[in-house]
Amino acid sequence: MRKYIIGRLVQAIPLLLGVIVINFMLLHLAPGDPVSFLVGDFPAPEEYVRELRVKFGLDKPLLVQLGLYLRHVLQGDLGFSFAQDRAVLTVVFERAGATAVLSLTALSFGTLIGVSVGILAAIRHRSVFDGFATGLSVAGFSLPVFWLGQVALIMFSLKLGLFPIQGMLSIRESYTGLAYYVDIAIHLILPALVLSLQLLAITARVTRTSMLDILTQEYMVTARAKGLLATTVILKHALRNALIPVVTIVGHNLGYVLAGSALVETVFGWPGIGRLLFDSLRMRDYPVLLGIFLVVSLSVIVANLVTDLLYGALDPRIRY
Amino acid sequence: MSALVPSGLKLLADVGGVYRRNSGATFGLGILGVLAVVAIFADALAPAGPFQVSTGSLIAPGRSHPFGTDDLGRDVFSGVIYGARVSLLVGFAAAATSTLLGVVIGALAGFYGGWMDGTLMRTTEFFQVVPRFFLALLVVAMLGQGIWKVALVIGILGWPPVARLVRGEVLSLKDREFVQASRAIGGISTRILGQHILPNAIPPAIVVGSLDVGQAILLEAGLSFLGVGDPNFVSWGKMLNNAQRFLRTAWWMSLFPGLAVFVTVLAVNLVGGGLNDALNPRLRRNFKG
Repeated sequence: MRKYIIGRLVQAIPLLLGVIVINFMLLHLAPGDPVSFLVGDFPAPEEYVRELRVKFGLDKPLLVQLGLYLRHVLQGDLGFSFAQDRAVLTVVFERAGATAVLSLTALSFGTLIGVSVGILAAIRHRSVFDGFATGLSVAGFSLPVFWLGQVALIMFSLKLGLFPIQGMLSIRESYTGLAYYVDIAIHLILPALVLSLQLLAITARVTRTSMLDILTQEYMVTARAKGLLATTVILKHALRNALIPVVTIVGHNLGYVLAGSALVETVFGWPGIGRLLFDSLRMRDYPVLLGIFLVVSLSVIVANLVTDLLYGALDPRIRY
Repeated sequence: MSALVPSGLKLLADVGGVYRRNSGATFGLGILGVLAVVAIFADALAPAGPFQVSTGSLIAPGRSHPFGTDDLGRDVFSGVIYGARVSLLVGFAAAATSTLLGVVIGALAGFYGGWMDGTLMRTTEFFQVVPRFFLALLVVAMLGQGIWKVALVIGILGWPPVARLVRGEVLSLKDREFVQASRAIGGISTRILGQHILPNAIPPAIVVGSLDVGQAILLEAGLSFLGVGDPNFVSWGKMLNNAQRFLRTAWWMSLFPGLAVFVTVLAVNLVGGGLNDALNPRLRRNFKG
């Protein structure tokens, strides 16, 4: 097992280096001077531009430049954003918290609801509910998440007034203590539900398929024949095994959830990385865009790693 | 698709047979046909040009403007009609690109094996992990936003699933008797790959590729929504971007373009699912459960 963990960790290193190399290649493939992308479309002092040329060795051979770029990025130096007047890493991390709250809530909603829908659909195979679940899965794959957000916002916030319209906190009040968290939670519900739909669709489908598969296994028949309660059989014997593929689905879909988050944040004015992405695109703040790509890729790589390790730990049939 | 190459006619009959039984796929195909006609004949069908400004701005849906007008007085119905062009073009061009790339890479990796397999498959895994949306956004923002560039970038980032599938197919096919037979009579390896192996590996690749059309359309809509689409064309994503500022006053600016994206992607996915059922019995459970 330890060998497997170390092996997986080592495999993640070239992935991370690859992402940095992509950033480097984009800087050089983009039309014009790489410096203009290292600075962003914002007036920067002449000395800083000169400093950048020296720092990244822009007069040296390409391989040397790559080495310098790798070294700076690995040291956590993602450059400086003149549009924000702060270091890129600071800017990105400042927004990461809000995105983490939104995405993790959506992941939990998607998993919990998806698994429940999947189980019910499998138990009531070929029922009306099963048809509904299948329809939900197909629809969930086809809905543009940001449009769903707009429609939900129009219906539930603007017309019915059930939820706040924009942001993460009320602007008029400044709550403290418990009320502060309640305020965030109220702002969180609608965007998180919207964001969870795609994952919900995938999870429901995988759970349903995996449950249907397991419900016909011999050990399930045995468990029933022993006279165990139907709920015990489903929850203790079937679900445990059915959830193993669900774990990988959830872990491997973080990239999709983060992409969805970027779009949903824009709709709901949620102050996370997605909103930062939108603003940086408008201001052509390339250092921040490159920084966001790096941080998002890193979290996806880590999520994949954790998922694979978890998968190994959950399924006793897998021994390394 | 592991047996012999089905003739074109038999393949069509197979697909047709499954389609008749699969109402969802038939429905999807119908919608897709209508959308294709709308996209091709947009000039004749749309009441106004895509950028044409009419007299009133933010008019609610009614007799003169069935889907209302936007903040500049442009007819939303006409925008939705013209937007079909961008979505279908990007969706199919991107999926064709990713399928082609995937077939070539998967075939090379599976057929030649060794270091080529190692290098190509590590690269494939890399691109499977890297978040496609963010990379596409970055590439389009930095390298330019022409519609063909957008389609190409989305396509180039979508090949891993096809490549993995084709590699697996080629691996299982290359030791079959009919391949050994052609080797025995002195067939050249590129010819064996092109004439005997690939024709068998391509139908499942097309199925997986077809499932990427919907993803590509959604991705393009997302990019345009964030403001990095081609500014010279009306696209549904861009209309939704514009609608964001008027959610309070003009719900129709959001409802109709978004509905168009949903219906299109749904149709494409249903057709892809039908193809899956018809051509790829082994993968069937992946789509319908």
